[in-house]
Amino acid sequence: MSDTHAETVSFVRDTMLPSAPPPATQAGAVHWLRENLFAGPINTVLTIIGALIIWFLFSHYWDWFAHSVWNANSLSECRQIILETWGEGARGACFAVIRERWNQYVFGFYPPELYWRPTMAAGLLIVALVPVLFSSSLTIRRAVLAITAVVTLACMVALGSPAIWLGFTAVVMAGAIFASERNLSWLLPFSMLYPLMMIWFLWGGSAWGPIFILAGPVLGWVAWRLLAGRAPMIAVLAGILVTLLFWLFLSGPAAEDAQRLLPMGIEAVRSDRFGGFLLSVTIGVAGIAMSLPLGIVLALSRQSDMFLIKSLSVVFIEFIRGVPLITLLFVASLLLNYFLPPGTNFDIILRVIIMVTIFAAAYMAEVIRGGLAALPRGQYEAADALGLDYWKAQRLIILPQALKISIPGIVSTFIGMFKDTTLVTFVGLYDPLKSMSDAVRASIEWKGIYWEPYIFVGAIFFIICFAMSRYSMYLERRLQRDHK
Amino acid sequence: MTDVSASAHASFRPSMLIYDRRYRSLTFQVIVFILVMAALWWLIGNTISNLNAMGKSFDFGFLFQRAGYDISGTPIPYTGNDSHLRATVVGLLNTLIVSILGCIAATILGVAVGVARLSKNWLFARLMTVYVEIFRNIPLLLWILVIYAVFTEILPAPNAYRGDDPAWSMILFDHVALTNRYTAIPTLGMDNDPGSLDLGARVTVNWATIAFVVALVGGWFVRRAINAHAQKVQDRTGVRPATLWKNLAVMILPSLFLIWYFGLHLLPPALKGFNFTGGLNITNSLVVLWLALTLYTAAFIAEIVRAGILAVSRGQSEAAFALGLRPKRTMNLVILPQALRVIIPPLISQYLNLTKNSSLAIAVGYMDLRGTLGGTTLNQTGRELEAIVLMMLIYLTLSLIISAGMNVFNSRVKLKER
Repeated sequence: MSDTHAETVSFVRDTMLPSAPPPATQAGAVHWLRENLFAGPINTVLTIIGALIIWFLFSHYWDWFAHSVWNANSLSECRQIILETWGEGARGACFAVIRERWNQYVFGFYPPELYWRPTMAAGLLIVALVPVLFSSSLTIRRAVLAITAVVTLACMVALGSPAIWLGFTAVVMAGAIFASERNLSWLLPFSMLYPLMMIWFLWGGSAWGPIFILAGPVLGWVAWRLLAGRAPMIAVLAGILVTLLFWLFLSGPAAEDAQRLLPMGIEAVRSDRFGGFLLSVTIGVAGIAMSLPLGIVLALSRQSDMFLIKSLSVVFIEFIRGVPLITLLFVASLLLNYFLPPGTNFDIILRVIIMVTIFAAAYMAEVIRGGLAALPRGQYEAADALGLDYWKAQRLIILPQALKISIPGIVSTFIGMFKDTTLVTFVGLYDPLKSMSDAVRASIEWKGIYWEPYIFVGAIFFIICFAMSRYSMYLERRLQRDHK
Repeated sequence: MTDVSASAHASFRPSMLIYDRRYRSLTFQVIVFILVMAALWWLIGNTISNLNAMGKSFDFGFLFQRAGYDISGTPIPYTGNDSHLRATVVGLLNTLIVSILGCIAATILGVAVGVARLSKNWLFARLMTVYVEIFRNIPLLLWILVIYAVFTEILPAPNAYRGDDPAWSMILFDHVALTNRYTAIPTLGMDNDPGSLDLGARVTVNWATIAFVVALVGGWFVRRAINAHAQKVQDRTGVRPATLWKNLAVMILPSLFLIWYFGLHLLPPALKGFNFTGGLNITNSLVVLWLALTLYTAAFIAEIVRAGILAVSRGQSEAAFALGLRPKRTMNLVILPQALRVIIPPLISQYLNLTKNSSLAIAVGYMDLRGTLGGTTLNQTGRELEAIVLMMLIYLTLSLIISAGMNVFNSRVKLKER
């Protein structure tokens, strides 16, 4: 064999050649450029257009940003500083307005000595959200809770919070961290109670009001417990009825009497003191918390077999979706006085929250209905075959899957709703975008400042909304159960 | 089992209203019906007693009273002496104008950006992503206010265009002038004006407009006939006759003829005295609102278009190429029909959103439906209930019409499954 080879072939390679590097045009930066920026005439033109856009923006606005002033007390002082530092004809941004009006943008006209209360409410909001948002990752939870605890307590100290509330917050934070390490479900009662606590922290007033509102469901639970052994269905109805009747007729007077007997509470803050991001976040959080359950109920009613329920929800959803939010806000501010008994006058922020909630709920219902419709028919049939009743089937089989499908839609509804909170400016509330910036411009110091407040408010909205959309992507990945 | 059903048939007990699934839904619906009726009765009763207490009535007679306020920028003739009803119609037309212009521009921009985001060009795709994310995550109100500030604060007064060496010059070949109060654009002039058709109520339509509409609609029908004929020939012989030139001719030639016949030409605006005259001065509130709505909605449409194109799997176009279809036919026959099925429904809701968002005209003082009926008319007559109810009904009707029309279109492009 080797002899024949030796005769016919002069050389036989018996080892592999080491792999050679690819040609210069097929690897590295050059290849990447050719592939992604200059892969043909159209592509090259697009690259040039893109570069021109970037160059245009940079050349027109970079000096403005680079010359920005962060420390001044008025626009004229700002301009003076720019003139002195950068010479005649230079222009620059005056972000000092954000620094100087920071409290106004964040808290509106909330009493300055009580700024610690919204701060505490915000910190506890994150604690309440953690078991819902990050139930699966201990690392994220640890980081979020630790940062929240440190930042909240530091801010509260800086804002002059009374020691008792500082201690309360510290205890809650420590408890939350403990619960998060041991058993996350211990935090859920706090999350359930939080909405009521938030209302009380922000608006203040007698502590008896929230206590008696809380007493409603407790009494309802007692009624249900007493009757549950004999007639389960009637027990549920009785529980709901007792709660509603207690809220409607008893809780108000009882809270007043209790307050007279044993005064207990914190300083009340009127709704017209709310403004800025405090207002936006309050309306946004309340709307998000309430529109999801309402949207689920509406979506289920629309899919219901019961004709009356179905048609009522169709009419409701289509009506709300057919009119602009502004008209609903006008209904809240101008027309509710017509629809309610004479002399009723309830809080404008509450009215706006209700309107924003039902507006978002109608959109939510359609998103969730899409999720319900996308579920294969077999899932419904399998639930029936297992002998589950309607609510068990919805709770255990249908809704978990339908909600998972509709996460992107649900979150974009939330984002839309949070952006729409700026529209409250048209019913006379101080949103951070228009009313607050107008108020800032109305002062002598900051007359004529346009771009900086808009950039600031826009950046905050962008951060919050972008974070929400990224979170929805994270959640989708986390809940992914099928193979991709 | 048989015993249970037999006993159920035999006797009816009240408890079955709750525990028997056959009756439970009925019971539940009756309860809900009673509750809804009670709530309505309570609301209407309250409204009636409140109206009585304020000495007001619920009637729409105010619509026929003299409005007494002026509107800047009216699509149909209107003066302060006209009725509130006419002011409402003017407002509605203004809403429609900005919505239709916005829908058209947002669709064009949105489709372009959506396709550009899928482009292989790294830089351009990233730029478009930045645009989409920025506009989607910041409230529309901010964009309206920012663009309004650009128009009022940065753009000059008309007299900046004056003189031999003006500070500002007109754009688009001296046809458009941007000023801080209005945008002056050219208007159409006719050498051979055919006069106008009077529709009554001081609304007139120029015969030339009617002629153009007839020419375009007629051309469209002829084009359909040509394509149907081509299809028939193709089915019979297997060879499709060339239709492109015929179609172009049918669509374009009649319009060219009309332009020649009426002597149509552009009249560019020119600075006379303190203002631009000769052209059309469009109030900046319309331009600002239109721009903001377009840029904002286009970001959403771009995402819809991108998702729609991505939803068609690669195998589809590969299969079409394997069958020997050329790229254009692959696009028309394979990709687009499937992508459109995904794109059209959310696109419709974007159009609806744009129409509803046009009510943000309040921020720039554009006199749309909310500005007239829900604004000045409401404040002057003090009829909040009637004005807001009527305004909501009009918006509702508009939404229902758009979604109905679009649903018809949707059912035509929808893929026909078994």
